[in-house]
Amino acid sequence: MSMNVVVCVKQIPDPAAPPALDPGTNNLARTGKLILDDSDAYGVEMALQLVDAAGGGEVTLVSMAPNGETSGLRTALAMGAAKAILVSDEALAGTDALGTAKVLAAAIRRAEPNLVLAATESSDGYTGTTPVQVAELLGFPSVTFAKKVEISGDSVSVERQTEAGYDEVSSPLPAVVTVTAGVVEPRYPSFKGIMAAKSKPVETLTVADLGLDAGQVGATGARQEITGVADAEARGAGEIVVDEGDGAQRIIAFLEQLKVL
Amino acid sequence: MSIDKIWVLAEVADGKPITASLELISHATTLAATVEAVAFGDATASVAATLGEYGATKVHDIGDLAGALPGVPVASAIAAAVGSGSGPDAILFPATYDGRDIAGRLSVKLDRPVLTNVVGLVAGDGGLTTQHAIFGGTQVASARFTGDGPGIFVIRAKSFPAEPKGAAAAEVVAAPAPDAGPTNAARVIARHVEERTGPKLDEADVVVSGGRGLGEKDQYSMIEELAGLLHGAPGASRAIVDAGWVPYAYQVGQTGKTVKPTVYLACGISGATQHMVGMKNSKNIVAINKDQDAPIFSVADLGIVGDVHKVVPKLIEAIKARG
Ligand SMILES: Cc1cc2nc3c(=O)[nH]c(=O)nc-3n(C[C@H](O)[C@H](O)[C@H](O)COP(=O)(O)OP(=O)(O)OC[C@H]3O[C@@H](n4cnc5c(N)ncnc54)[C@H](O)[C@@H]3O)c2cc1C
Ligand SMILES: Nc1ncnc2c1ncn2[C@@H]1O[C@H](COP(=O)(O)O)[C@@H](O)[C@H]1O
Repeated sequence: MSMNVVVCVKQIPDPAAPPALDPGTNNLARTGKLILDDSDAYGVEMALQLVDAAGGGEVTLVSMAPNGETSGLRTALAMGAAKAILVSDEALAGTDALGTAKVLAAAIRRAEPNLVLAATESSDGYTGTTPVQVAELLGFPSVTFAKKVEISGDSVSVERQTEAGYDEVSSPLPAVVTVTAGVVEPRYPSFKGIMAAKSKPVETLTVADLGLDAGQVGATGARQEITGVADAEARGAGEIVVDEGDGAQRIIAFLEQLKVL
Repeated sequence: MSIDKIWVLAEVADGKPITASLELISHATTLAATVEAVAFGDATASVAATLGEYGATKVHDIGDLAGALPGVPVASAIAAAVGSGSGPDAILFPATYDGRDIAGRLSVKLDRPVLTNVVGLVAGDGGLTTQHAIFGGTQVASARFTGDGPGIFVIRAKSFPAEPKGAAAAEVVAAPAPDAGPTNAARVIARHVEERTGPKLDEADVVVSGGRGLGEKDQYSMIEELAGLLHGAPGASRAIVDAGWVPYAYQVGQTGKTVKPTVYLACGISGATQHMVGMKNSKNIVAINKDQDAPIFSVADLGIVGDVHKVVPKLIEAIKARG
């Protein structure tokens, strides 16, 4: 059987670097080199394993990013994905989750996937709605918060995280599935993988190439605005004491004062 | 756009509306003249009294979903109401597994954006303005929708208090979902419930959380024991959830639960921004960390610079000794 899996991968500023807002728009500043969002490394690994288990097919990456950025894509290609579609266009500045979903859905359609994987939420935007919006635009069923994914024939079985535990969910393919962190252990790209990634195809498309109207995306398409940013109320400084064997007693006294004890 | 009518997704668990939905109904009554609930499942009629008590006058009852995941059918039912002109000016979803799915589906059906991770919602002349905690809750961004059509909001738990108003039971009206075709083909085959005792993490008055500073998985048992002695719930940082020490349901923070207990006790947790955003608004915070520069101390009312393996066992002993 052949499984073609598309993985949505977001390329984001290094989360270890201090975040900043663009003073003009109050959007998150996305300058400098971008990296593969850690959250998406799980989807890439899962896709590679599913294609392996099916005994055929390939993994295609789809990403929307500014300035033709490919460094995050190269990381995922080095892990073993076969090729990538990158949508990059100045008209995309300020695009929200729905606009992003429109772009991703149009790009994904070109790859004719059996399965689309994404993360439950991205590390920098964390709206967590993009993948479901993609599913609705493609007319696919979706299963979110997957902690286990298996393909059998033309359906996908998912263990979906719930408040109480988990649900076993089955869906016909094609479908969109979002995976949580920790579902699989993402592999480290090998040296061979890194070398091979350099020559793997990355198709770069614009909004017009996808047949989308520029008014549907970017800041205009977003139809929402940030009206201000203010400092949150700071908590008053507390008492910090070094434990000299009396730490537990200090806590007891504090809890008594609050009548918790 | 003026806000006259707000709908709130009322999720039901164990035969009761979840607290996060009641918080939204409560708050919605301060923003709009009419507040109505949308509910699905086989127990909707039995929760009409509670929903009414918190301020919903009507329950749009989508009914049993016959094993379908809620995203598609519930969004289809809401979209049908909006299409027929009987829809609301704003729809509030709790930030739950299903709430986010329904909001995402609805967004495309109505071609309207969604504002997520909302922690505050205020009425102004241009409609509703949202507040979002950013950078670990150190700053608050405000946002609003432009353009026409209902606003779709996904709101984090514990953003507003849930206050019963003592009003009459809500009127239940059937709002069956139109056939959504193949997009609605995913089915729940079986449900697995993980046993837990004590209060729920997001409802407990005391939360005792452990982090990587515990050193190893087995050490988490002292967190559970301490939480039990304080009649509280055990929680965790993502580091130990990802390491597989405890289930995801224990996680506090940006991708986990928001908690606001009377006391939050952080044991061996550094205080990363993504953790703090989920617990920073606790009424009192106690932190135990061996590193005096750990960021968690910047929000602690009482900080103990010390070893969790010394302080926590002593604390357990002392509480037990009190009988
Ligand atoms: C997109 C994204 C979302 C995230 N969401 C969440 C979230 O929802 N919740 C969350 O918690 N994190 C989240 N994180 C992860 C977060 O950034 C941190 O990595 C995590 O919170 C760290 O957990 P920790 O404090 O247990 O571990 P560490 O940061 O490793 O801290 C361990 C602490 O224990 C102390 N310690 C060590 N030994 C002892 C001892 N013997 N006694 C006392 N103290 C000791 C150390 O001084 C240190 O401060 C998220 C990250 C990303 C990128
Ligand atoms: N610009 C993007 N390019 C590729 N995938 C994306 C993009 N934005 C979001 N996604 C996918 O959707 C998931 C959820 O994103 P978000 O809605 O931002 O939380 C991400 O983890 C990615 O898998």
